[in-house]
Amino acid sequence: MSDNSIKIEVDGQEVEARPGQMLIEVTDRIGNYVPRFCYHDKLSIAANCRMCLVEVEKAPKPLPACATPVMDGMKVHTRSELALDAQKSVMEFLLINPPLDCPICDQGGECELQDLAMGYGRDVSRYQEKKRVVKDKNIGPLVQTDMTRCIHCTRCVRFGEEVAGLRELGATGRSEFMEIGTYIENSMTSELSGNVIDLCPVGALTSKPFRYSARTWEMSQHNGIAGHDPVGSNLHFHVKNDQVKRVVPAENEAVNEVWLSDRDRYSYEGLNSGERVTVPMVRDGNNWQEVDWDTAIKRAAGKLRDVIDRHGAGKIGALVSPSATSEEHYLAQKFMRGLGSHNIDHRLRQSDFSDQEAAPAYPGLGISLAGVEQLDAVLVVGGFPRKDQPIFNHRLRKAALAGAQVMVINPVDFSFNFDVAAKSIAAPADIVHELAAVLKAAVAMSGRKTALTGLPAALRPRQLHKNIASALVNAERPAVFIGSLGISHPQLSLLRYLSGTLAQRVAGVFGYLEHGANSAGAWLAGAVPHRLPGMVNTDTAGLDATAMLAQQMAAYVLLDVEPELDCFDGNLAREAMARAESVIAISGYKSAAKYADVLLPMAMYAENTGSYLNMEGRQQSFSAVVPPPGKARPAWEVILALAAKSGNSAVKYGSTGEIRSELDEITKNIRPDNTGAWRMPETIEATGDGVQRIGYIPMNSVDALVRHAPALQQTTDVADGFARINGKTAQKLGVIRQESINVTCLENSLQMPLLIDNTIADNCVLIHGGHAGNAGLGPLSGQVSVTGI
Amino acid sequence: MRNRLSSHVRAEIDRWTAIFPADRKQSAVLAALREAQHENGGYLTRELMDAVADYLEMPRIAVYEVASFYSMLETEPCGRHSVSVCTNISCMLRGADDIVAHIERKLGIKTGESTSDNRIYLKQEEECLAACCGAPMMMVDHKYHVNLTPELVDEVLDGLD
Repeated sequence: MSDNSIKIEVDGQEVEARPGQMLIEVTDRIGNYVPRFCYHDKLSIAANCRMCLVEVEKAPKPLPACATPVMDGMKVHTRSELALDAQKSVMEFLLINPPLDCPICDQGGECELQDLAMGYGRDVSRYQEKKRVVKDKNIGPLVQTDMTRCIHCTRCVRFGEEVAGLRELGATGRSEFMEIGTYIENSMTSELSGNVIDLCPVGALTSKPFRYSARTWEMSQHNGIAGHDPVGSNLHFHVKNDQVKRVVPAENEAVNEVWLSDRDRYSYEGLNSGERVTVPMVRDGNNWQEVDWDTAIKRAAGKLRDVIDRHGAGKIGALVSPSATSEEHYLAQKFMRGLGSHNIDHRLRQSDFSDQEAAPAYPGLGISLAGVEQLDAVLVVGGFPRKDQPIFNHRLRKAALAGAQVMVINPVDFSFNFDVAAKSIAAPADIVHELAAVLKAAVAMSGRKTALTGLPAALRPRQLHKNIASALVNAERPAVFIGSLGISHPQLSLLRYLSGTLAQRVAGVFGYLEHGANSAGAWLAGAVPHRLPGMVNTDTAGLDATAMLAQQMAAYVLLDVEPELDCFDGNLAREAMARAESVIAISGYKSAAKYADVLLPMAMYAENTGSYLNMEGRQQSFSAVVPPPGKARPAWEVILALAAKSGNSAVKYGSTGEIRSELDEITKNIRPDNTGAWRMPETIEATGDGVQRIGYIPMNSVDALVRHAPALQQTTDVADGFARINGKTAQKLGVIRQESINVTCLENSLQMPLLIDNTIADNCVLIHGGHAGNAGLGPLSGQVSVTGI
Repeated sequence: MRNRLSSHVRAEIDRWTAIFPADRKQSAVLAALREAQHENGGYLTRELMDAVADYLEMPRIAVYEVASFYSMLETEPCGRHSVSVCTNISCMLRGADDIVAHIERKLGIKTGESTSDNRIYLKQEEECLAACCGAPMMMVDHKYHVNLTPELVDEVLDGLD
């Protein structure tokens, strides 16, 4: 404690405290538990449950510990007769209305009301009058309500306002008639909505998919790491009978604090999907046959050998999920390179690879997650972190609330849950010029007259660009981040150069908000065509994810990839798979049967062992907590078996731990640095005009696991088949009155229902990626033509 | 559009917001809802509450909270004249219950109901309106009537259009 501390006495013990601190923080610190319902250390103080009443000497009556600031010399009794009497009386009042239906309540066994009633409640109720009953509300597919159980602590309401940044729940009515709800029938839309379940001290808000499926004490708790975004949130799996029943956050202040995004909380449902492959299968003609592992591996190795013999190893390509483990990435590239092919890539949604040699060791955040809160000016180039990386966005929001100017250059005016200080909403191609204009303005302001090559002379920064530039230049801790849409941008190399240079000019952080959970690990492990593990460039680069499809391989190896949904060009991916002689799919789902001829069932997520490298470079390992279904095996074992059958004796390990140590040894000296990791372009010329597609992928459509999780698929954050155009552009194109339009891209044409959406930039049409119906249209971005029907 | 805010209501709200700091527009929410209700014949619709929320840049749920909290704001359709009889201690001691019973008999409705011609809405329950010196009392629209007798009540109610 600094000298700015005071002394108080708690239950006879002298304790140091900070002036202004609330009493409950001090009693919590020394472990003298004071019962509470409404107090939560991540939320503002409401002091409305009154459960934490304690005796303070010289105060005429008991005081709430959560809302009583400490004062020098204060003498506090948390368990004196007065305090206990007060706590017990409050308990009696709180127990008036709850239905006491613990035997059928999902919260039973982990309920704060139940626990505290044990300690502070009477064994017989003196209350003889009527109890109130509150009608349950439907607030969406994720959170179940039983509002009769609510004790009005308002934690969920405060969470909405203070953390989710979206006030969806409120307390309407008053006194006896006060109810928590949305007032009108409304689904919660926050990407963090599931956290109200953890916050609710009673059984009023529980998990809807989990409902009535297990009692809390029947489940065992295991650690895990979330697998859908590069935050790597820490979580607990709750397991019963070898099945994941639910997922809750594990506390890690440095990563996800105590929160979890809805995607990470509910994606476990995909594990129990009926679409899982459970037995190895091979296809002869049109007939699928279930076979044993040995037969399947032999068939796969044979197919690959055959393709190599006839076409050479260069005609085999491997596409791996960016959410595979580092061990899987490492093994997959070692296997492929053992066969003689550098054609391996995890950058499935990227389309510009032209500067890949200059890329950093891995596209990380360039700062710690906690550090994001300290930034005071942030520019996001192409991305919607609120939905794409929700926990990162939570940090960003905290920075914004603390006064940081968060600015965006985006093709869609996405709705953030904080005030965006400045925004440039522009078509994808124009984003390059918008960013260049900001850079030009920043260069002019920073006073350093070093010329920047390639900035178009005709480019005149407007006031908006100058505002963004000046916020960055004048900030103490600025940052520029390329978001997920930026990474999929057809001119990523230019965005990288411009963003990086801008960050450098303003002496700020430069980072990436990547797709998938482990793109950082994939880069380091060598799951890229031009680099071996440990950032060593290959003599000749293999083919990148897009080239592998464009230059038709004879055989593909897929690792947890649904090509038409996961690749930049879904149509090209689908055609390439159809034309290939052989597709070996290591997959969790039957969907791969459409194009594969060998289907190797893999363990997913909670069934798998391995490690992820998150966006801040934090390596986090996890172990399987449930067995995979049927005969499915972890992908690393499958690749080992494939390597053995292919006669590659170098790929031989007994455990993921062995793979991990080998990889750690290779990468131990790498100090990731995004600075300077770009290529200076000769000119900065934006390509693309006419109407352009924005291929945004909603958060619950990003990978196979979430696409097979039923509750998440009922939310509004899933890909749909609409073409969204703003009113002005629709008018210009003459389709404003049309219900459906024809959209054509390259040679592909689709008839799509039209939705007028004025958040879209001019001359753009937003068509979701990660959607089977839209895959036929081809690339996620690029020029399209729109005509009426 | 009938249910969006009229220019008069917007002007009234602007008059109130001008009193408060620019970033505290929501301080005007009570006045805004009162105006909106007044112009809509005595009750608020969801559209009106949403319009107020949007106008004051508040979360909609926050406006629902206020509207459902205060007894002078109605969120269900009701008669155009609002009649509140105080039944708190002073009025009760001076015969408020008889006054309520008289009105219920006269109008053929119970508290919390409106007459079928939508003329009069008899409020569910009203607590002290700070006119104990004139108990029993009632408030009709915005006007106090004190020292009530059944005859005086008849006179006031019959005089409503």
